[in-house]
Amino acid sequence: MNLAKNSIGRLVPLEIPGVGTFDPYGGAFNRILQSASRAAAHPVRKPEAPSRSKVAPGLKAAIERSGLENGMTISFHHHLRNGDAVIPQVLETLLQMGYRDLTFAPSSIPDSHDCVADYVRKGLIRRIWTSGARGEVGRMISRGEMEETVVIRSHGGRARAIEEGSIAIDVAFLAAPACDALGNSAGCSGKSACGSLGYAITDARFARHVIAVTDNLVEYPLHPHISIPQYLVNQVVIVDSLGDPTKIATGAARITRNPLDLKVAENAYRLIAASGILAPGCSFQVGAGGASLAVAAFVRDHMKEKGIQGSFGLGGISGYMAQMLEEGLFRGLFDVQSFDSAVTGSMTRNRAHMEIDPSWYANPMNQGCLVHNLDVVILAALDVDTDFNVNVMTGNDGVLRGASGGHSDTAAGAKLAIVVAPSFRGGVPTVKDRVQTVVTPGETVDAIVTERGICINPKRADLWEAARKANLPVKEIGELKKEVERFTGVPEPVETDQGRVVAVVEYRDGTLVDSIYRVGE
Amino acid sequence: MRAMRSMLYIPGNAPGMIQNATVFGADMVMIDLEDAVALAEKDAARDMTAAFLRSYDFGDLPVIVRINAADTPYFDADLEAIVPLKPFAVRLPKCQDAQDVTKADARMSGIEKRSGLPAGTVPIHAMLESARGIENAYAVATACPRVKALTLGGQDLTADLGIQKTRDGWEFFYARSRVVMAAKAAGIDAFDTVWTDFNDPEGLFLEAKQIVELGFTGKAAIHPSQVEVIHRAFRPDSREVLKAERIVAAAAEAERQGRGVVAVDGKMVDGPIIARARHLISLACHYGMEGGESR
Repeated sequence: MNLAKNSIGRLVPLEIPGVGTFDPYGGAFNRILQSASRAAAHPVRKPEAPSRSKVAPGLKAAIERSGLENGMTISFHHHLRNGDAVIPQVLETLLQMGYRDLTFAPSSIPDSHDCVADYVRKGLIRRIWTSGARGEVGRMISRGEMEETVVIRSHGGRARAIEEGSIAIDVAFLAAPACDALGNSAGCSGKSACGSLGYAITDARFARHVIAVTDNLVEYPLHPHISIPQYLVNQVVIVDSLGDPTKIATGAARITRNPLDLKVAENAYRLIAASGILAPGCSFQVGAGGASLAVAAFVRDHMKEKGIQGSFGLGGISGYMAQMLEEGLFRGLFDVQSFDSAVTGSMTRNRAHMEIDPSWYANPMNQGCLVHNLDVVILAALDVDTDFNVNVMTGNDGVLRGASGGHSDTAAGAKLAIVVAPSFRGGVPTVKDRVQTVVTPGETVDAIVTERGICINPKRADLWEAARKANLPVKEIGELKKEVERFTGVPEPVETDQGRVVAVVEYRDGTLVDSIYRVGE
Repeated sequence: MRAMRSMLYIPGNAPGMIQNATVFGADMVMIDLEDAVALAEKDAARDMTAAFLRSYDFGDLPVIVRINAADTPYFDADLEAIVPLKPFAVRLPKCQDAQDVTKADARMSGIEKRSGLPAGTVPIHAMLESARGIENAYAVATACPRVKALTLGGQDLTADLGIQKTRDGWEFFYARSRVVMAAKAAGIDAFDTVWTDFNDPEGLFLEAKQIVELGFTGKAAIHPSQVEVIHRAFRPDSREVLKAERIVAAAAEAERQGRGVVAVDGKMVDGPIIARARHLISLACHYGMEGGESR
C-alpha cells in the first residue's frame, strides 16, 4: 500500500484496491473551497410498470427480481438501532441464496449485530463501508480478518460519497415501520416505529434498486407523514417483524445523575454561556449521551430564564430536544435520526419537527448543509490529544469500538464545537500526546471540557479570554494531561502492525484523515 | 480566612469517589470510616483512606476523616492509621461529654509523639448526636484546645429523641441553637448536619438558609449536587451587601470629617452595625461575589 502523510501528519493510503484513489486530508475546508463543479451520480433505474401493488411474494423473490449479483453493493439504514432484525434476516437470506463477495454499506452497524462478522467469514461480505463498528465486528476488522480495507465515513461524508458515486448502491433494503402497497414509507408510526428515516432517504434516492421491508402494511396511501415516496421504491416485502420494539424505541433518554458527568456538563454550559453565543436565533446540537444531554438541560434553563428563542435544534434528536421545541425554545427541529421513543409522537404532531436526509444534514459538498449554520455542538470522545484531535473510533487497546457519526461534520460546521469527556476513564487518561485514530481534526475543535478543567484551542484566543473573564477553570491542555497523569500514570502506547492498514477514516470531504492498523492478539 | 461552607461526605471505601474529591467545588471533604462503611469493609476503608492521604494530591482541599466511635473495636486502629497522616481534622463521632474528647485527645497525643509530630497537630471536630451530647455542648467544645469545631449529627439525634425529621426541621431548632452558641462561646466553628433527600434541592436550600441565619460556619453535603445549593444559601443578599457598602463608606466619611454619628438611608448607624457591615462585605468578597468594596 502506498502511504503518504496528510496535513496533520498521519500516514494514509493514496489508493485502496477495489475502492479507488484518495487524496490525503489537507485541511477542513480545503477541498470544498478548491473544488470546481463535481460529477454527480445518476442512478440508472429501470422504470416499474404501472401497478396498484409492489408487494413481492417474499424476500427471496424480491432479491431475485432486484438483479443483485455477486460483488455488488447492498445498503441498510441503522434507524432501528439494537432492535434491528432486518439486517440479519436479509444477510441470512442472501447467504442461503448463495451470494458472495458483496459490499456491505449500511449507514452504520448497530452494536448488537455481531453476526455481520460471521457473514464476512462465510464469504458473503467482502467489503464493509460504514460509519461505525463495535463488538465482534470491530474485533474482527482490527484483527485483520478482512482482506479488503474497511472505509469509515461520517454521516455527511457518506451522503457525499453516495451522491458523487463513490458508493454506488445496487440494492437498498430499507426497513419501513410503516409502508403502503406502493412503497410510500415512514418511520414514525407502527409497532416498530423509530422516528426519522433520514439516512434511508439518500439511499432510496440513489440506489439502483430499492426494496422496502415492512411489518406494517397500511391502507393506501400512508398518511400523514411520508419519508420515502413511492416513486423511489421498486418493491415492498412484508415480514413478521422488523425487530424488537423495546430496543428500537428505547425510553426517553434521561438526564444523567452521575455527579462527574454533571460537572463536565456544567463546565461546558458555563463555557457556552461565557462565549455569548446563546443569543436569540442560536442553533444547537447535542448527543444523547450522559454529559451531552445534561448540557442541554443547562442550556434549556438558561434560554427559559433569559427568554431566548433559538433558531433550530439539529441532529440526532432526543425527547429532550423535542420538549425544548414544544416549549418554544427553538423555531424548528431538524431530525436526521431519532434517539428515543419520545421523538416519534413529536414528529407526527409538530410540523416544526422536520425530518431531514443526511445530505441536508451534513454533506459538505452540496449547496448548503445544516451543520454549516450550527452555532453550538456538544460532542463526546473516547480520547483526545494535545493537538485537540479527537478519536471516537478505537479504544485504548487500538480495537475498533466506535462510530464516526456526525462528529467531524458538526465539529467543522459549528461556530463553537465543544468536546466533553471525563478526564480519565477506568484509570486511563483521556488526553494523550497522540490519539490512536483521528476522526475529527483538532483544527475544527474549539474546546475540550472535563470535570477538572476546560482546555481551549489556542486558535480561539477570543474564547480563551471570554472564559478567563468568566472565571472558568481554564487549563492549558498539556497541564491538564500532566495533572491527570500524576495519579493515572502514562499509558503504554498500543502496539499495532503499521504494515497492515485494516481500515481508513475518510474525512467528510472524501480525503483520508487517518489509517487504522491491525492489532495483535 | 478559608471558606468552610460545604463539607462533602465521601465513603472511605469508594476510591472512585475519593479520586474525584477535588472536582466538585466543595470547601472541604470528609472521608467517612463510620456509618457509610459496612462492618465487613472497615479495615479496607481505613487502609484505602490512609493510602489516599499518603499519596494522593488533594491540592489545598481540606480533608477531614470521620473515624469510628470510641465504643467500637475500630477506634484505636482508625486513630493509629489516620493521625500520623495529618488530615485537616479528625471527626470524633458520638461525643457525649468532655471525657469522650479528652480520652481521644490523650490517644492522639500519644500517636503524635510516636510519629514525631507536635502534640495537638491534628484537630478534632467533635460530633454531637445525642440529647446528652447536645446538653454538654460547651463542655465538649472546651474539653481541650484540639477541638476546633462542633458538628451536629441529625440522624442519630432524631433516633435518640425518638422523633422524625421534618422538612422544615423546626425540631432541631433548639439543638442547632445550642451547638452554635457553645461553639461561638468557645471561639470555634459549628457545622450542621446533612440534608438526606438529594432529590430535594429546594428543601436543602431552605434549611441551609436557616442554619446560615443561626450562625453555622458550614453544612455537610451527602451528594456533590448539594455543594452548589449550600454555597448559594451562604451567599449574602446582594442588596444587603450594597447597603453594607453604603454604611462602611458613610462611616469612613464621618471619621474623615471627625463626626461620631452617621445616618444611612435615613437611619442612625453605630459601632456594632458598622462592624457587621464590614463582616458582611468580607464574607461577600470571600464567597466570590462580584464588587465588594471595589464597587
